[in-house]
Amino acid sequence: MFLKISANGLSKAYNRREIFSNVNFQLKENDSLAITGRNGAGKSTLIKIIANIISQTKGEISISDKEKEIPKSKIFSIVGFVAPYLQLYDEFTALENMRIIKNIRNVLISEKNILELLNKVGLYKNRNDFVRTFSSGMKQRLKYACALLHDPPLLLLDEPNSNLDEEGVKMVWEIIEEQKAKGILVVATNEIEDSKLCTKIINLNKQEE
Amino acid sequence: MKITESINATLGILQKEVLSEFRTRYALNALLMFVVTTLSVILFSIGSENVSQEILCGILWIIIFFSSMSGLSRTFVSEEERGTVMTLHLIANPLSVYFGKLLYNLLLLTFLNIFTLILYLLMIPGFVINNYSIFVITIILGTFGLASASTIIAAIVAKANTKGTLFPVLAFPILLPLLMTLINATKLAVQGAILNEAFGEFRVLLSYSIVIIVISYLLFDFIWKD
Repeated sequence: MFLKISANGLSKAYNRREIFSNVNFQLKENDSLAITGRNGAGKSTLIKIIANIISQTKGEISISDKEKEIPKSKIFSIVGFVAPYLQLYDEFTALENMRIIKNIRNVLISEKNILELLNKVGLYKNRNDFVRTFSSGMKQRLKYACALLHDPPLLLLDEPNSNLDEEGVKMVWEIIEEQKAKGILVVATNEIEDSKLCTKIINLNKQEE
Repeated sequence: MKITESINATLGILQKEVLSEFRTRYALNALLMFVVTTLSVILFSIGSENVSQEILCGILWIIIFFSSMSGLSRTFVSEEERGTVMTLHLIANPLSVYFGKLLYNLLLLTFLNIFTLILYLLMIPGFVINNYSIFVITIILGTFGLASASTIIAAIVAKANTKGTLFPVLAFPILLPLLMTLINATKLAVQGAILNEAFGEFRVLLSYSIVIIVISYLLFDFIWKD
């Protein structure tokens, strides 16, 4: 894959209230983008637009692979997404959640690799525990395992360290470094440490000025 | 996306729904309790009165209609309430989500209809089927029509604030032509009409389901995305 993301003049408004306007950026393989800004500046909204979960009000965004645009309906297949507001299925165990996502996504990954992924995020011992019994930090770790299941070329992280302990933050930094080496990374964050890990920064506060 | 991948994703969603239902009993308990309660009330109200076969056909479909209203919307509403809608957005294409949910509703409604019919035939002695071919085809086509319409209506109402009340209100005008045809076809089965006489009703039922599924296929992308 040779991914490129091109955003031109992106704007988003909710009920005529403009959240941000005229956001432009270009990203290619091995690029990483930090989206910063005060609360309510539209960091999460912008990352959801990139993931094709919601639509922009104005402007264009296209994701292409080897100069060929990926249709909107297929964008989900190249995206890994982690956010505190993303929910997993509480009635299933960690392993069952991963198996379900594997089946729905049609990912060719062995059971051994799924267990390795759970081990990587520190949930191997809890693999057979129901997600409803997990702490918010453990849920965040499981979201990372689910997001990495299909080895996504585009990883989108909204508040990547949310609810995580020190060890968890280290794990996130490792994941960020790995992603930077193999694809595109977009991080929406308020933490300066996280934005320093990225090669490009968009400050949504400055966009409005 | 290849067709086989879409089919696998659809089956993956169906599997998730079935497993989730076994764990949570979100819809099943509500549906079964509704059928049992309604049947008991009808049985007590009828008492030893002689109710005509035509009215009993209507009552049967009223029970099926309202019990499906109490359970079939859960497939989308529960995703919305638990906040897992975004997760589904991120792991599957919209059409796989729609067809996965449709298959699940079809499965759930088939189970519900079998349960309702067994209880209805056992508890209402005046309800006698004289042509089982017409009756079985009517039930199959009715299940198909109800599931297809309620799946897309559930997807629409899941976004609203007043989900519970909006579902039957929105579903009633859409399902009315289906229900009227189903009642007519059931009457023919009860009256012992020959199979050819019910072909007109079967054509309407089949066309209804096809039209609803095609419209849902075309519109679901817009309904699903904010």
